[in-house]
Amino acid sequence: MEEKFFGHSVIRKEGRSKVTGQARYVDDLAFPEMIHGVTVRSNTARGRILGIRYDDGIPWNEFTIVTAADIPGKNEITAIAHDQPALAHEFINHPEEPIVLLAHPNKFLLEEARRAVHIDVEPLPAVFTIEESEAKRVIISGEDNVFKSYLVEKGDVEAAWASADVIVEGEYRTGSQEQLYIENQGMIAIANPSDGVTVWGSLQCPYYVHKALITVFGLPHEKIRVVQAETGGGFGGKEEYPSMLAAHAALLALKSGKPVKIIYDRAEDMVATTKRHPSRTRHRTGVTRDGKLVAMDIDFVIDGGAYATLSSVVLSRGTIHAAGPYFCPNVRVRSQAVATNAPPHGAFRGFGAPQSIFAVERHFDHVARTLNLTPEEFRHRNFLRKGLTTATGQLLHEDVDFDGLLERAFKESDYRARTERFARENPGSSIKRGIGFSTFMHGAGFTGSGEVTLASVVEIEATAEGIIRILSASTEIGQGTNTVFSQIAADALGIGLDRIEIAQPDTGSVPNSGPTVASRTSMVVGKLVEGAALSLKRTLLDSGLLCDGCTEDEFVRACRKYIETRGPLRSRSQYEPPPGLFWDDATYSGDAYGTYAWAVYVAEVAVDTSTFEARVTDFVALQEVGKVIHPLLAAGQIEGGVAQAIGMALYENVVWREGRMANGQMTNYIMPTAADIPPIRVFFAENPYAFGPGGAKGIGELPMDGPAPAILNAIENATGLCLRVIPATPEVLMDAMLESTAEKAGVLG
Amino acid sequence: MVNGKRETLHAYPMARLLDVLRENLHLTGTKEGCGEGECGACAVLMNGALVNSCLIPAIEVDDANIRTIEGIAGGAQLHAVQEAFLECGGAQCGICTPGMVIAALALIDRHPHPNDAEIREGLAGNLCRCTGYQKIFAAVVRACEPAAKPHTEKP
Repeated sequence: MEEKFFGHSVIRKEGRSKVTGQARYVDDLAFPEMIHGVTVRSNTARGRILGIRYDDGIPWNEFTIVTAADIPGKNEITAIAHDQPALAHEFINHPEEPIVLLAHPNKFLLEEARRAVHIDVEPLPAVFTIEESEAKRVIISGEDNVFKSYLVEKGDVEAAWASADVIVEGEYRTGSQEQLYIENQGMIAIANPSDGVTVWGSLQCPYYVHKALITVFGLPHEKIRVVQAETGGGFGGKEEYPSMLAAHAALLALKSGKPVKIIYDRAEDMVATTKRHPSRTRHRTGVTRDGKLVAMDIDFVIDGGAYATLSSVVLSRGTIHAAGPYFCPNVRVRSQAVATNAPPHGAFRGFGAPQSIFAVERHFDHVARTLNLTPEEFRHRNFLRKGLTTATGQLLHEDVDFDGLLERAFKESDYRARTERFARENPGSSIKRGIGFSTFMHGAGFTGSGEVTLASVVEIEATAEGIIRILSASTEIGQGTNTVFSQIAADALGIGLDRIEIAQPDTGSVPNSGPTVASRTSMVVGKLVEGAALSLKRTLLDSGLLCDGCTEDEFVRACRKYIETRGPLRSRSQYEPPPGLFWDDATYSGDAYGTYAWAVYVAEVAVDTSTFEARVTDFVALQEVGKVIHPLLAAGQIEGGVAQAIGMALYENVVWREGRMANGQMTNYIMPTAADIPPIRVFFAENPYAFGPGGAKGIGELPMDGPAPAILNAIENATGLCLRVIPATPEVLMDAMLESTAEKAGVLG
Repeated sequence: MVNGKRETLHAYPMARLLDVLRENLHLTGTKEGCGEGECGACAVLMNGALVNSCLIPAIEVDDANIRTIEGIAGGAQLHAVQEAFLECGGAQCGICTPGMVIAALALIDRHPHPNDAEIREGLAGNLCRCTGYQKIFAAVVRACEPAAKPHTEKP
């Protein structure tokens, strides 16, 4: 197969509409007689609903009012478990819990009306932290506040302590983080008893929404239709939450008999929708005196918020990535997702891995120092490579050259020379500079048997004009899906990019190619696109209407002739797992992922010891990704992910007050601006993955994993401060610096 | 004047210019990202100056000259800034792009060949969550190059 487009930075098909402002996002859409909807939420973290009061002075007869009593099917938003209601009925479990929905043609009166609805609540004791949840003095979910647990065991950790010369412990914490896509969540719904429900919205997974609406409305699958509108960023924040919003809009649409649009404003979006799971990781590591890993004992806990939603899967990924890209003969990871009375936490790029990777990469710098080794020397002595097994016992068949990657990253970042220079210059300056790195991996696609369970399908159809339409549920959310799929299909068919069309993801007309998550779209679904395209070509070749090495004109003629004489020209490709992968769900062991991307990130920081601000001044991101499909888009993914992770490390602090996010505004939830981001220098290494299209691996989430530990490693290099919590805001640095100064002055014991 | 066309309409004095553009004039290219003047997704040019339209009350635009993203391209021919965004990968999800293009225009108007610091400062009022800004900076530099020609990559 000739690679004419693969590997090249072709102009994005979907690009022009974005730079002209013609792309239509959900709030740009309007329907005749459309009215607006809003959500009335609880203001107590936990309690029993005693009543709902509606103030005088609002013309309530003009409003559509929906409560749990109006739900035709089940009052449940199904992700995996069945614990989350669409609208709270008797009990409230978090302070943004939706209870009443209102719709009216006038947006301003609607907002007034929202404030005129009062929920009378008998408060119940609530739980707000991981520790409070673990204490189990108050049970808020199930029998024991635990959504899910995992145990990963390799070798015999308990027996192995005896052969360790040194044992090093550490505890690491990550805070919540808001996805902060610049387009707020929104949905438009039309619903009536005879036709069913149709929704248009900002979303990543049309079939997730489809499945959730079937439950809420009790309708057969063909009566529910979900269409993805142009979506302004997702990052996981629009993976599961849109199901809730779609149900709300559709319930109002059903009751009012009109199209209903619900668009969250920024404050509501920040406080009420999902955010990253906060985490606590405890490491206990046994090493020999010359720095070889003997035992790793890891305790990893994430805060799931009030309902289970996707916490079990976030926990899974975090658990599997917790031991890092290292070989250790004895590993134990005990992990849990626990409940608190906060709005449920959810998918956010990295999905558990940024949390556990932060811990292991900070911890390993600590272990290195304890052994008087450089951080890099300790890594070199323990890297995974071909022929060794991971923490889940997966034997690596691919050639992983971490030593080479680390050296290349050091060269690009001028690591050694800068380390030396900063050490010389820092004592004479109030600005301390430092450099640090992280080494990590990210498994692409769904874990274990996940892809087999998804059983994704892509279809392709040809028109008589020789236009090739790709039918999949994979959504374009900024990553360039439509362009990547077009490149793959065009190369497979030997035709021009302009002959390829991507059908809008609409459950009424595209098959279920699985959700747009887990770094799977290019690698897993792209492979299906390739397969379907090759299959369509095979059909034409077998029919005798086409020969190998034909021109594009001949291809177009062959399509027309085929359709005229034989009927529709379509092909279908369904996921098949790569051979030789075995995963055991019961013991949580085996081949967790078909492949991993491998990376080394280097961060250079400047810490102002007068203002306690830390800034990233240079960043090198090197990763081995199989093959690069579109250099510009691939680099864009890395740069964007690194920027988000810089935010996670230094700026993005969710302030919690009794389960509620207190800083739900862009004014005081700080994400990096153009003035804050350093040059991000991206480098790719290639080592084709046999089962990815053209050898490509998934990369979307990888860049979220490495920056935070690299940055805190750099801060420690600059200042000697051993910070183990992110975000490392100026307040955190100030406390640490003042404490350290006091210690040095002998003020503290 | 909006994009060179005189518009007469009725609006409440405190109606946001953002809503007047999107709802009264059906110019939906300008976006609401935060409603508090932080993200710049609603940026337009008002009498040549870069403003956040979510903070401009209608009464202030009486007789003003407004330019939105819809008025940037010259018909089918894209503006050099827009071409540069396309070539350099300056747009990913595209929601911040209209405001970012407007801000880039305002920047280049003040600094025809902006240096790195000027670009960062000029775009600091426009948040982008997808790109990490790198390719937006590259697009601004490209747009300022003499006779920036449309570039289509043909392998």
